[in-house]
Amino acid sequence: MPAVSKGDGMRGLAVFISDIRNCKSKEAEIKRINKELANIRSKFKGDKALDGYSKKKYVCKLLFIFLLGHDIDFGHMEAVNLLSSNRYTEKQIGYLFISVLVNSSSELIRLINNAVKNDLGSRNPAFTGLALHCIANVGSREMAEAFAGEIPKILVAGDAMDSVKQSAALCLLRLYRTSPDLVPMGDWTSRVVHLLNDQHLGVVTAAASLITTLAQKNPEEFKTSVSLAVSRLSRIVTSASTDLQDYTYYFVPAPWLSVKLLRLLQCYPPPEDPAVRGRLTECLETILNKAQEPPKSKKVQHSNAKNAVLFEAISLIIHHDSEPNLLVRACNQLGQFLQHRETNLRYLALESMCALASSEFSHEAVKTHIETVISALKTERDVSVRQRAVDLLYAMCDRSNAQQIVAEMLSYLETADYSIREEIVLKVAILAEKYAVDYTWYVDTILNLIRIAGDYVSEEVWYRVIQIVINRDDVQGYAAKTVFEALQAPACHENLVKVGGYILGEFGNLIAGDPRSSPLTQFHLLHSKFHLCSVPTRALLLSTYIKFVNLFPEVKGTIQDVLRSDSQLKNADVELQQRAVEYLRLSTVASTDILATVLEEMPPFPERESSILAKLKKKKGPSTVTDLEEAKRERSADVNGGPEPAPSSTSAASTPSPSADLLGLGAAPPVPTGPPPSAGGLLVDVFSDSPSAVAPLAPGSEDNFARFVCKNNGVLFENQLLQIGLKSEFRQNLGRMFIFYGNKTSTQFLSFTPTLICSDDLQANLSLQTKPVDPTVDGGAQVQQAVNIECVSDFTEAPVLNIQFRYGGTFQNVSVKLPITLNKFFQPTEMASQDFFQRWKQLSNPQQEVQNIFKAKHPMDTEITKAKIIGFGSALLEEVDPNPANFVGAGIIHTKTTQIGCLLRLEPNLQAQMYRLTLRTSRETVSQRLCELLSEQF
Amino acid sequence: MIKAILIFNNHGKPRLSMFYQPYSEDTQWQIIRETFHLVSKRDENVCNFLEGGLLIGESDNKLIYRHYATLYFVFCVDSSESELGILDLIQVFVETLDKCFENVCELDLIFHVDKVPNILAEMVMGGMVLETNMNEIVTQIDAQNKLEKSEAALAGAPAQIFKSPIYNCIKKNKIPRNKFNQGGERPVL
Repeated sequence: MPAVSKGDGMRGLAVFISDIRNCKSKEAEIKRINKELANIRSKFKGDKALDGYSKKKYVCKLLFIFLLGHDIDFGHMEAVNLLSSNRYTEKQIGYLFISVLVNSSSELIRLINNAVKNDLGSRNPAFTGLALHCIANVGSREMAEAFAGEIPKILVAGDAMDSVKQSAALCLLRLYRTSPDLVPMGDWTSRVVHLLNDQHLGVVTAAASLITTLAQKNPEEFKTSVSLAVSRLSRIVTSASTDLQDYTYYFVPAPWLSVKLLRLLQCYPPPEDPAVRGRLTECLETILNKAQEPPKSKKVQHSNAKNAVLFEAISLIIHHDSEPNLLVRACNQLGQFLQHRETNLRYLALESMCALASSEFSHEAVKTHIETVISALKTERDVSVRQRAVDLLYAMCDRSNAQQIVAEMLSYLETADYSIREEIVLKVAILAEKYAVDYTWYVDTILNLIRIAGDYVSEEVWYRVIQIVINRDDVQGYAAKTVFEALQAPACHENLVKVGGYILGEFGNLIAGDPRSSPLTQFHLLHSKFHLCSVPTRALLLSTYIKFVNLFPEVKGTIQDVLRSDSQLKNADVELQQRAVEYLRLSTVASTDILATVLEEMPPFPERESSILAKLKKKKGPSTVTDLEEAKRERSADVNGGPEPAPSSTSAASTPSPSADLLGLGAAPPVPTGPPPSAGGLLVDVFSDSPSAVAPLAPGSEDNFARFVCKNNGVLFENQLLQIGLKSEFRQNLGRMFIFYGNKTSTQFLSFTPTLICSDDLQANLSLQTKPVDPTVDGGAQVQQAVNIECVSDFTEAPVLNIQFRYGGTFQNVSVKLPITLNKFFQPTEMASQDFFQRWKQLSNPQQEVQNIFKAKHPMDTEITKAKIIGFGSALLEEVDPNPANFVGAGIIHTKTTQIGCLLRLEPNLQAQMYRLTLRTSRETVSQRLCELLSEQF
Repeated sequence: MIKAILIFNNHGKPRLSMFYQPYSEDTQWQIIRETFHLVSKRDENVCNFLEGGLLIGESDNKLIYRHYATLYFVFCVDSSESELGILDLIQVFVETLDKCFENVCELDLIFHVDKVPNILAEMVMGGMVLETNMNEIVTQIDAQNKLEKSEAALAGAPAQIFKSPIYNCIKKNKIPRNKFNQGGERPVL
């Protein structure tokens, strides 16, 4: 028998609905509705008290009218009255009306809360259920204030019915989402965790949802849920398809609960307990194995349920990112789905692979699918799927395939859906910049981008190309030539005029030698576009013209004529008019010298995070992009350590911001070179002729060493003969350092032998591997040497780099301390104030804390201090310390054997020009060493 | 979290709308219209997921939908939900409706404007999935109906009038519908 029997219901409602359905036009429908509204209004206002049934009927009619898209501005009071009825059905309709139509600011909220309160305490579980539903559906702050304390009690009450427990769990979850501050943690939390063992799978599902959300904010408190979730999952995964009876869905045992449990586990790192970890790995393997078994049913529901679990398992594998074997299996599985006939699976496979691409274990495996993904981009009929393909190409891009991927994205852009063009433009711009080996390719790509999708090229993109061209002198001539050629197209996009105008204004002189692009030709070409452009572009072009006056005195007259014309001097636009007047005046009165100074070439832009990347982050939400970038950056040691010259000045590398090098450009900003360290020839031990003797440390080496504590790149040593530059990257307990040896003379160095020297003590804790370099270094040449670094355990000393070579007839011997310090193996950890102080208290053993009070050696500047703490490797935690002047940081030192959590606090005292630095870590030696290192920095 | 559950027919007429986040009434209708616009222009056989519209906000929202006969069932969810899981949930919802109404069709949703939200409430609460076991859900609905009957009998309310033929004739005799309000008798499943 069907659950809703046909005869029941409200006759008046049915009649009204069929009346509406019989209306032949919109007007007739509105008329009938207005008639009904008037009727209901009069009934509500009438003298005769309405019985519950009539109230229910009219409230239902109002709901129906609302659903048809009409405003309902009365009836709320009647609905609230229904709440206090003692009939379930009347209450139910009252609650429905309130969930749908009462917003939280209503003045009725007090009355509603009263009724909810009564029902919550009712002995009838059905009434309690309705009240819980109402709280969850409305979920307002007022509701949280009234009931947040009450719900946990209902949830863990021993005698509560299963359905009430289920509702209470979700109700609490909703309140926690809207007002986390109002939900008190307490004794109930441990009992909630144990609901994961409940007999009723519905209760377990609701509890898993609740715990997942709570654990994201309070991981410590819900840590015990990991082992419970693993054992529950394992019981489900290994059960036969009939064991769980009603919770088996199309032959898949409890798919929904499995998904929730797998989500919960994604709040935590891989379990530490080997038994739990083994059991989880077994579960994941079983799930992967099941995917290969023949389906138990041909129904799509069967495969959906099975794959829902599979995809979630893959997400967990990717999240843990620790079992190469599972990662590769996951990648193969997704590879199969990429070619599946079900569109849904192709979509999800592309999506999951995006996450997989940022794991170092599986990045290469993901790359093998590039052809499939490109063909998806070209042939998928569904824009949702194509968009995922774009995302994946972006994620799998690295130096080896960047040219191919960028080319494919560009060609897709010609036909791409309008809705996703802007995003593709941003992605192409970022990839082109990031992986440009050859900047002429970069310039070509961006100009193509403007040609194909000019309307979607945002300001950030064209600003960026200009920044890059200005900062890289090797590409300026090419850029000028290319924009000049591009501008010759009869119709070109305004963005191209902007880029062209700017670049020719700066570097037009570089191509002026060619008669085909003489100054006058350049000017006429730009000016032919002038009248078609918007005001901001015209303003930009006027600036270009005045720059031309400085670059090419021969066109001064022509340009002055243009500036002097009525259309400029009397332009209705204030900005244009002002520019014309000022530029004209400037060109007339100023001497050549003054012109040259005022209109000098733009200085290089300070290196900062790419504005395009910031825009993409804003568009897509920070988490997705950051993770990808971080992971990429760490993986791409070869990208940053490529065949570029070592930084040639000390000032170039003095910005320790970790994001400065995001685009691999940090290496070569042409900042004016500072004075070289003056130690000079003193460093060279001319007297020693014995190749085996190691020179004493070069003077100044200690200072240089300290400078590298908070940064990874820069010049380590320099004298009249030799310059040593460093570039390094660290990830967890591994690192790689590139040492660049530059021969500053014009004579060959012979028998050039750099050696790394570690004491026995250090050797045990820090493993360094490197290959010998070519023993001859030509005059003016640079050789590089890569050092692979592994931190086995925490260490205090630093390795020494000894270099011996012959220059002319003399033997040279130089030693410097190599800045590989314990803090390089820091991973920053973000945490909230509460967590910080909780952990701080946990590390209260006297040996765990090291404190140092010292005088400031540098000016006490807040921003610099912040940058140093970040450069040091820990996270800088804002709004943790009650005193905003203090700095607080947290991070984990990764060594091969263990991970050591570190907390730090730096309290400046401006008056006394002193600092107090406190370090707390779980290991005494680590606290000691970090404190020493960091104290030297301020 | 599920942000909204919408059911509308092939012409965009809403048959159920539940929002689990506060939106003004105007925004709610705009969201329904925008969602219909996004979903209805998609071919059959493309995937069941698409990026959420602008109105419902936040970039990680997705629309997950299924098209049954004359009706679209659309769930708007954030990234914490499993896409295939939600597809299953839609299927469970429709199968449940089919059990409750015997060959459920659009007309059932229209004439049970008071009942359908209650059936949904047994599955989804405050934007979170409450129960996925169909038997459990149907048991709860049965219990509610019994309660309703006993309450009606207690009140001496016009229980007989409930049996009035009007409703049945609409459904069984299939009165031809004019174009403006068409749709409805085709079984959903």
